[in-house]
Amino acid sequence: MDISNYLYLSVILFSIGALGVLIRRNAIVIFMCIELMLNAANLALVTFSRIHGNLDGQVASFFTMVVAACEVVVGLAIIVTIYRSRRSASVDDASLLKN
Amino acid sequence: MLTSPALNYNLLAPILIVLGGALLGVLVEGFIGRLYRARIQLIIALLTVAVSFGWVISIRSAQSQSAAVDSVSIDGGGLFLQGTILALAFVALLFFSQNDHFAPQASALPGSPEEALAISSGQQMTEIYPLVLFAISGMLLFPVAHDLITLFVALEVLSIPLYIVTGLARRRRLLSQEAALKYFLLGAYSSAFFLFGAAFLYGFSGSLSLSAIRTAAAVSGANQIFLLLGVLFISVGLLFKVGAVPFHSWTPDVYQGAPTPVTGFMAACTKVAAFGAMFRIFIVAFSSVQNDWRPVFVAISIVTMAGGAIAVISQRDVKRSLAYSSITHAGFLLAGVVALSKAGLTSMMFYLVAYGFATIGAFGIVTLVRDSTGEVSDLNRWAGLAKKSPGVATAFALFLMSFGGIPLTAGFIAKFSIFTSAYATGNIALVIVGVISSAIALIFYLRVVLIMFFKEPTDDTVTVAVPSFLVSTGIVICFVMTLVLGVYPNLLFNLANTMTALVP
Repeated sequence: MDISNYLYLSVILFSIGALGVLIRRNAIVIFMCIELMLNAANLALVTFSRIHGNLDGQVASFFTMVVAACEVVVGLAIIVTIYRSRRSASVDDASLLKN
Repeated sequence: MLTSPALNYNLLAPILIVLGGALLGVLVEGFIGRLYRARIQLIIALLTVAVSFGWVISIRSAQSQSAAVDSVSIDGGGLFLQGTILALAFVALLFFSQNDHFAPQASALPGSPEEALAISSGQQMTEIYPLVLFAISGMLLFPVAHDLITLFVALEVLSIPLYIVTGLARRRRLLSQEAALKYFLLGAYSSAFFLFGAAFLYGFSGSLSLSAIRTAAAVSGANQIFLLLGVLFISVGLLFKVGAVPFHSWTPDVYQGAPTPVTGFMAACTKVAAFGAMFRIFIVAFSSVQNDWRPVFVAISIVTMAGGAIAVISQRDVKRSLAYSSITHAGFLLAGVVALSKAGLTSMMFYLVAYGFATIGAFGIVTLVRDSTGEVSDLNRWAGLAKKSPGVATAFALFLMSFGGIPLTAGFIAKFSIFTSAYATGNIALVIVGVISSAIALIFYLRVVLIMFFKEPTDDTVTVAVPSFLVSTGIVICFVMTLVLGVYPNLLFNLANTMTALVP
């Protein structure tokens, strides 16, 4: 199979994630879309690593996973705090900061 | 055959010291009693930053070299920016010592009995200090990182603690939590773009190192599209961090919602780190394709300057207006980046110092103007502030004049030099728009000065808190720096001129 198909898949996943962030209204779903974008980047890194025949991309993808895990910890904490004080995780309800 | 990497600890020490201080702070959280924690944490944080700053000074004339197997490059420009970040962070930390800005217990619901109990028992969130130290260590790494994955990790290390501290304001907690949510979602969104760009640059060059990308980009060949996609996505990530115009919408909300000392800290220090990294990436890795990205950046710079200046005029909230003013400044700083020259780097570094001290000072003063429910950030209620506290009003006026670029303040020299470097590289449109938008923004700054000095006080509930020793030290440092750099700019300018080396 042609290896560039993985790149197309990665671009498609990234676009789905990027669109999802803009379209969806639930903070948790938005966050999942961001994770999808990070994983799309990981897929691209690993594919390029295979194309170039060196390991840099694969090592980089591990860093991405660690960073994504840290983001999950902090992000979910923030979302849960918001949910507890407002009983809603919709980003539309979070609109006190308007001019 | 694997060889162990050679690390030059002497050159990496400023970053490692701050990381060590942050870890020490985490231990203090675990082992020291609640009564002493706040004081000990503050001392640890200030000492760490001071020692790290001293170390940067001691290695300031080190030869440009890579310190950790080509992934970190210590050079004049990097060290100057690190020193700037540490100096600004030290002053910003002085304002953190007013602990009544932070939620006593972040997990307690706003308005709940638990929160009331936490307040009455005098609890404090001393975790702020280690978090800020972690953020500083990321900021120190960001402008000296020399490969894409180090850049990405540094970006996250500086951002993630800031997401948390943004949500920790003591008063108006819903607002603060909302700011944290917005900052977090948009920040994570933009770092995903940054990472995707990094993946494409790796695909283009087969290496994550900036110098290898430059080498690959110099030979135009197949797969140029990977390079351009990479430049595009990386720019989105970086422009978000500095708050440039299509990606600026988070700035006013986050600056308004975050605890004011935190706002000052991130407004100043994040900008230094992000502009440093941006300049390095674009001059080291992308300079051979500058015909592709430079026009876009000139346009973004113009839109950012003008957009920020126009938006600031109609503001009624002090913190929000300072946020829009920082967007304008991001536009001016971008003018330094697109100059893509030594003069551009020098003027950008000077600008960052001038802007940083004035910003921290201005937000520091916002923390002092209060009524019974906390800070007053409504501009109209600042009327007649000069009658209540002439010193504070004068200092705030000076910072505003520096933002506006009035002669004899640091801001004038900074703007002048950045426009000179933009003019020298032929970006005349940039200079014209820059001068016009400075003038527009100046209208707003002068209006604030008029409100403070020539309007009768209308609201007796607004008072100016008597600053503690640390806070007044912070304001005095910012005041003196803004004035001295305006009158004797060469003190810093000569230093900046000698420290423009960047590892290729």
